[in-house]
Amino acid sequence: MIGTISYLVFFATTASILAIAVLGLNLQWGNTGLFNGGVVAFFGAGAYGTLILGGTPQDGHLGGYGLFYPLALLGGMAAAGVMAWIVGLLTLRLRHDYLAIATFGVAVAFENLMRNAEWLAGGAKGVRGFERPLRDALGDGFLYNIAFFITVLIILITVYLFLERLVASPFGRLLRAIREDEEAASSLGKSPSRIRLTAFITGSVILGLAGGLYGTFYAFVSPQDVLPTLTFQIWAMLIVGGAGNNRGAIFGAFLIWGAWTASGWALSRFAPVEAQLYTGSMQFVLIGVVIVGMLMWRPQGLLPERLVVSQRGSKE
Amino acid sequence: MIQNLIDGVLTGSYLSLGAIGLTLVMHILRFANFSHAELLSLGAYAALVFDALVTALAPVLATKLGPLSLTYALLFAILISMVLTGLSAVLIDRLVFKRVREKGWELSMVFASFGMALIIRNVIGLIFGLSPELYSKDIAFAMILSRDPLILVKPDQVFVLVAALALMFVLHLILSRTTFGYALRAVAENPSLAQVNGVNLARTVMAVWLIGGSLAAVAGVFYGLSHQVIPVMGRDLVLPIFAATIVGGIGSVYGAVLGGFIVGIAGNLALVVLPSGYTPSIPFMLILIVLMIRPHGLFGEARA
Repeated sequence: MIGTISYLVFFATTASILAIAVLGLNLQWGNTGLFNGGVVAFFGAGAYGTLILGGTPQDGHLGGYGLFYPLALLGGMAAAGVMAWIVGLLTLRLRHDYLAIATFGVAVAFENLMRNAEWLAGGAKGVRGFERPLRDALGDGFLYNIAFFITVLIILITVYLFLERLVASPFGRLLRAIREDEEAASSLGKSPSRIRLTAFITGSVILGLAGGLYGTFYAFVSPQDVLPTLTFQIWAMLIVGGAGNNRGAIFGAFLIWGAWTASGWALSRFAPVEAQLYTGSMQFVLIGVVIVGMLMWRPQGLLPERLVVSQRGSKE
Repeated sequence: MIQNLIDGVLTGSYLSLGAIGLTLVMHILRFANFSHAELLSLGAYAALVFDALVTALAPVLATKLGPLSLTYALLFAILISMVLTGLSAVLIDRLVFKRVREKGWELSMVFASFGMALIIRNVIGLIFGLSPELYSKDIAFAMILSRDPLILVKPDQVFVLVAALALMFVLHLILSRTTFGYALRAVAENPSLAQVNGVNLARTVMAVWLIGGSLAAVAGVFYGLSHQVIPVMGRDLVLPIFAATIVGGIGSVYGAVLGGFIVGIAGNLALVVLPSGYTPSIPFMLILIVLMIRPHGLFGEARA
């Protein structure tokens, strides 16, 4: 019994952290129409940033600043934001392909750098020596996991409320206006490239927050955590849930993470031993089929965006 | 240093071939096709299958061409693979991209292409296994061009370079001397105006996929000849090919050729100063540099 509950808590914690990431991507793609091909780089910047800033001193690589945890988490978010700022500044003035390719490139380069630069973040061995906050008070067991889950849930709800407010605000209307018709928006005196940059950075900071929490949860991060797989999973969550709808984003996160975990479990349990090597390939085919299938048959997702018309034109 | 430069030129020859098709598709259909590199793997594996098939049917053809490790059978297989990969590209467009396009979700095309890339790459892995394959198990001996400094070139590499340049020249003639070439450029400039003037849009799009797919097949086989054929080759090639199109300017065929060589040479020259582990990051560094100095690439033009 306690085993099942503790597994459910573990599952819900991971899904909630991913849901925060999907919310960040939703601001970029769903609300603004910005294609982020390197979700995992911003997620990873948050995780690496948090662990390096908040960890204990280590031989051989950067870090061990032992910063007060909330500050370390903020630092991780800032790292993701700075990366988004650089990429956005260079690409957001150009046609949308450039952002897609550059963000994809960031993810490749980020993973490559983390894997090779031992002086920076321990290389392939990853960042060690991170103490989870409040571990002395709560211990390492079930109690800690419950407390951590509740914290993540509170953060998820906060991010959700923040984004709902943002999307309903004049700024949110501006985002949709630029997404739908950039020329019309600029004819009203708005600067599409500046607004897009703001939305891109905000979304990336939220991705960084999710990454920081993920790193904290495992108290460890390595290049294995920043593989492109995560980018595909987070996209599938958003597309299945419904781009443009924050509730859809959260729903999609739980649904796809559940399906991913279940399919992995089923394949490892029921597939013949000689096929075990190929479970990864099978799961990737599945996630590819989910993305393409949704785009072809239900591009608006399971919970579509609800467009609110704030002021209807009078009908004479 | 000179060895790196030569290796770079050879890498550039297959990157250019891959980038030509990608830049055409990005120009005409206006989306970054992340599944283009998978056409290279598709072509490489198709050639592998037909090489074995032709060799089995006509063992005479298994003789090698002079000093090359390339056999007549493989040469036939490359031609078959070009046709098949071109047709697959058309088929993928019909089945997936066209439908997404017609829904008016232009930006979603990028997502669809990522999804297709995942499907193609992993289905290849499921069919052929995850371990690398080679076209020829014989060791190809390198020719020594100079002993001090030591410069080695394999005959296959010379063939790859010459064949790639010949294909590019043929494409240049088609684009600049035929009505079809004009039609293609017209569609890229202004699809509606081209249609008014009697250009069949659907047929032009099909032709772009055929050309892009068949060049990708050649590029894939050439990659396989220089390295090995492996299901994840598309994953490793996608960024260098994109970098080539950005360096050259999206939409420019000549830019893509030049961009391919620049990316290939830069990647190999970087080995002089950086450990080889960093090679996958070089295309991204090039993209950043180009976006900073000349955002529309060497031959590109500003276009929304």
